[in-house]
Parts: sequence; C-alpha cells; structure tokens
Amino acid sequence: MAKYLLLKHYRGAPAAVNDVPMDQWTPEEVTDHIQYMDDFAKRLEKTGEFVDGQALSPEGTFVRYDGEGRPPVTDGPFAETKDLIAGWMVIDVDTYERAVELAGELSAAPGSGGKPIHEWLELRPFLGDHPTVTE
Amino acid sequence: MDEALLRSLTPQVIAVLVRRGAGFAAAEDAVQDALVEAVRVWPADPPRDPKGWLVTVAWRRFLDATRADAARRRREDLIDEEPAPGPAAGVDDTLQLYFLCAHPSLSASSAVALTLRAVGGLTTRQIARAYLVPEATMAQRISRAKRTVSAVRLDRPGDVATVLRVLYLVFNEGYSGDVDLAAEAIRLTRQLAAGVDHPEVAGLLALMLLHHARRASRTAPDGSLVPLAEQDRTRWDTAAIAEGVAVLQAALARDRLGEFQAQAAVAALHADAPTAAETDWVQIVEWYDELTRLTDSPVVRLNRAVAVGEADGPRAGLAALAELHDSLPRHTAVAAYLHERDGDLATAAGLYAEAARKAPTLAERDHLTRQAARLNTLRRG
Repeated sequence: MAKYLLLKHYRGAPAAVNDVPMDQWTPEEVTDHIQYMDDFAKRLEKTGEFVDGQALSPEGTFVRYDGEGRPPVTDGPFAETKDLIAGWMVIDVDTYERAVELAGELSAAPGSGGKPIHEWLELRPFLGDHPTVTE
Repeated sequence: MDEALLRSLTPQVIAVLVRRGAGFAAAEDAVQDALVEAVRVWPADPPRDPKGWLVTVAWRRFLDATRADAARRRREDLIDEEPAPGPAAGVDDTLQLYFLCAHPSLSASSAVALTLRAVGGLTTRQIARAYLVPEATMAQRISRAKRTVSAVRLDRPGDVATVLRVLYLVFNEGYSGDVDLAAEAIRLTRQLAAGVDHPEVAGLLALMLLHHARRASRTAPDGSLVPLAEQDRTRWDTAAIAEGVAVLQAALARDRLGEFQAQAAVAALHADAPTAAETDWVQIVEWYDELTRLTDSPVVRLNRAVAVGEADGPRAGLAALAELHDSLPRHTAVAAYLHERDGDLATAAGLYAEAARKAPTLAERDHLTRQAARLNTLRRG
C-alpha cells in the first residue's frame, strides 16, 4: 500500500511519441481523450486504487512574502518557465510495478488521429507520514 | 456506548449469520448495517443482551436485502429454516473469519481492509480515513475483496502465517485518522492469541506490545523522530513491557522459534536496558543471527550490521554493511551512522544528506537532514 503521484506536464517532460498540440486535434479527438481519462479514473475507483485527480490551469502566479506589514509580492506568469504541471492523479496501490502499469495505461490516452499519445508521465512516490517500527 | 464491545462482537455476529446460511459477503454487509444502527440506538436505549440484539437486527437486515434481491426462492428456504437464536458463537467462528480475511488470494491492501471491517468491526469511513483514501475507494476495495473470497468455504483453518502478516501490516500503519491502528492490531492479535495456540501468534503479540510500549517516547512534541538511544526511558510503558516479556518467554519456552519471536526478543532486550549504554548488543547480534537463519532477509542483515557496530565497534559494523547491496532501503543512513561513530564526520555528513534524499518517510527525511546539519555545523566549528 503506497501512494503515488502521476504527474502530467504541459511542458518539461520529454516529447511524446504522438506529439501534436491539443488545439490541433479534432473536437471528437478531444472528447475521446477526456472520456478516456474519466473512464480510467472510474475504473481505479472500482479497483479501490483511486485517491484524487485534478487538472490545473497553465496560467499561474508566483507569490512570496515581502516583509512584515506588506502585502505579498506577486509575479508572473512566466512564459518561459520550463516545467509546467498540467494535472495529476494520485493512486494507492500495492506495488511499484502496479503504479508503473497504471501510468503506462494513462499514457496511452488517445490523441491526434485517435492514436495513443505515448506521453511521458512522471511517477513520484509519496513520502510516508509515519516511521516504521523497525529500529 | 461501549464501542470496544460492539467491535469485539462483530466477527461473532457475522459467524452466526453465516452458520444460519447467509453468504459471507451478505452477512458482513448486514452486520455493518446493524453496527451503524447500534451506534444510533444504544446510547439512549442500551440492550440487555448486546450480541442478541446485533444478531436480531443483522438477520433482519440480511432478510430485507435478500428479499430485495431476485433470489426469492432462496430467501423463502432461509426463512423456513430460520433457527431459534442459537448458542453464542465460539472462538472458532471468529478464527475462521481471520483466515478468510487474510486469504492468500487477496492483495495485502484488500486483506487489511477486509480484516479491519469484518474482524475489527470498523466502518468503511474509519478505515478510509486511517489509510487516507476516499471512502468510495475503500468501499470498492472491500467489496472487491469480498467478491474474491466469496467462493472460499469457511469451514477449515488456513495458514496462521498469512493472518500474522496482515495484522503486522495493520500495526505498522501506526495511527492517522480517528482510529489507532496499532492499538487495533494489538486488540486483534490478542483476540487471535486467545483462540490459537501458536508460538508465533504469541511472538507477534509480544513484538507489538514491546514496540507500542515505547511509542510515546519515539516522537518529540513537534512530531520529529527520537532515535532509540535518545528516548526518555521513563516514558516507556512498563506494564506493556512486562506483559510483552511474559508473553514472549512463554512462547520461547515452547522451543519453536519463529521470525516474530526472534524480533520480539530483540525488542525485549532494548526494553530491558535501563540506559542505551547498558544495551546487551552481543545478545542482540545473536538474535539477528537467528533471524538471518530464519528469513535471510536483507533488512535483517542491515539491522544486524547496526548491532555489530554497537557490539564490536563501528569498523566491524561497516565490514558487515559492506556485504550488503547499497540499494537496500536505509543502507545509506546506517552507513552514515557508522562513519560518524568511527569519527569520520565529513563522510558521515555527506551520507546523512544522501540518506535524507532517499528516505521513505517524512519523519525520517527530516531526522536525517537534521543529522547532516548537526555534523556540518560541528565541522564548521
């Protein structure tokens, strides 16, 4: 039982095999793609492995503290940011192998021409929040 | 409202329904419903016979569900055959549930979830919170698990070792949410030990008690990890230690050594030391030798390297460590510790930082980062 984050990038991941920007797809292809993602999440709910899934807007703002009594400073969005997260799915699975298998399935979501995108997804294990008893 | 009583009755009531002819999955659902009803009704109107009450309500729920099903004929058969409220289900029935819920056809996470619900009497919501997954996900995990074991007959004992593995997993999950899983694992193991005469069951119970006894001292108020050597030993639970040691000694006297007894023996030696410096590391190394013989697990050999480092000096520990592959989890952390003991602070600091990057839990990562920072501060003088 371990939780993993499947991270989907707008930018920053190696190029997908079927690397056509989404705005160049047909509307049906976009619909099919979204349907595939929804079905995938629903299937994981049924297997008892789904924890969370979210998509993010590409436009974000950087914020930082600017000293006592001052409002936070905001900046961006930075068009040149190399690594841009598009969304994620969190899964709770028995093994690393199962996590890889599921990431592979998600990466097969259909894209342009109805063919799998073969997009690179980043798989990151969660840090557990409790130590084991082994001392 | 005695929640502990309610929970301890859960497996017995499931067993009664199964003996009356209900399938395990349907019986388990009906008893969950009855538990929810009990939580609602009992505080204002406590029953004189809690178990009889649960059996009656669960059986009614089961019949309602069956009636709603298409299986009308089967339902009528059951009503015809409905027995008078029978004698209390024995320990044996509860045992069968342990075996069923830990059945080898189940994945580890499914076995854990099913055990907590059917044997532990926890609700799906409580289990979901404890494992930090949505309730719908946990509900699906449990219903799949029930489908997986639906064809398994409840009339023969399984392998105790599979049950022990599941209970140990529950114990290791610790505590998040409103259920203390470590305490729950102890309760379930204690209940199992009352029904199964097996030295490894006793060994696991002893191991859990001895670890649990040190829990309060294992984390600082800010949540950071306190290593064994630095723990405030006056905060150890002496009653739990005494019980763990007694359970272990009785088990060891049977002369059928197993993995859990040997691990408990190591824990007992730590618990027995009034100060860290007085720890009997030579005996601990001997127990790790036994464990290596029993399991030949690389994790055991890693722990053994630590013990050798304490018993025979850090160089001996590093030599033992050199025989193990450095991809092993916590290998780097052990190497850092042994190098520090050996006086090589520069190497140790670098290894602590590397170990922090590889740490599997947040508490360990923070602890190792602090170790690296401590040594680097020392070196800057």
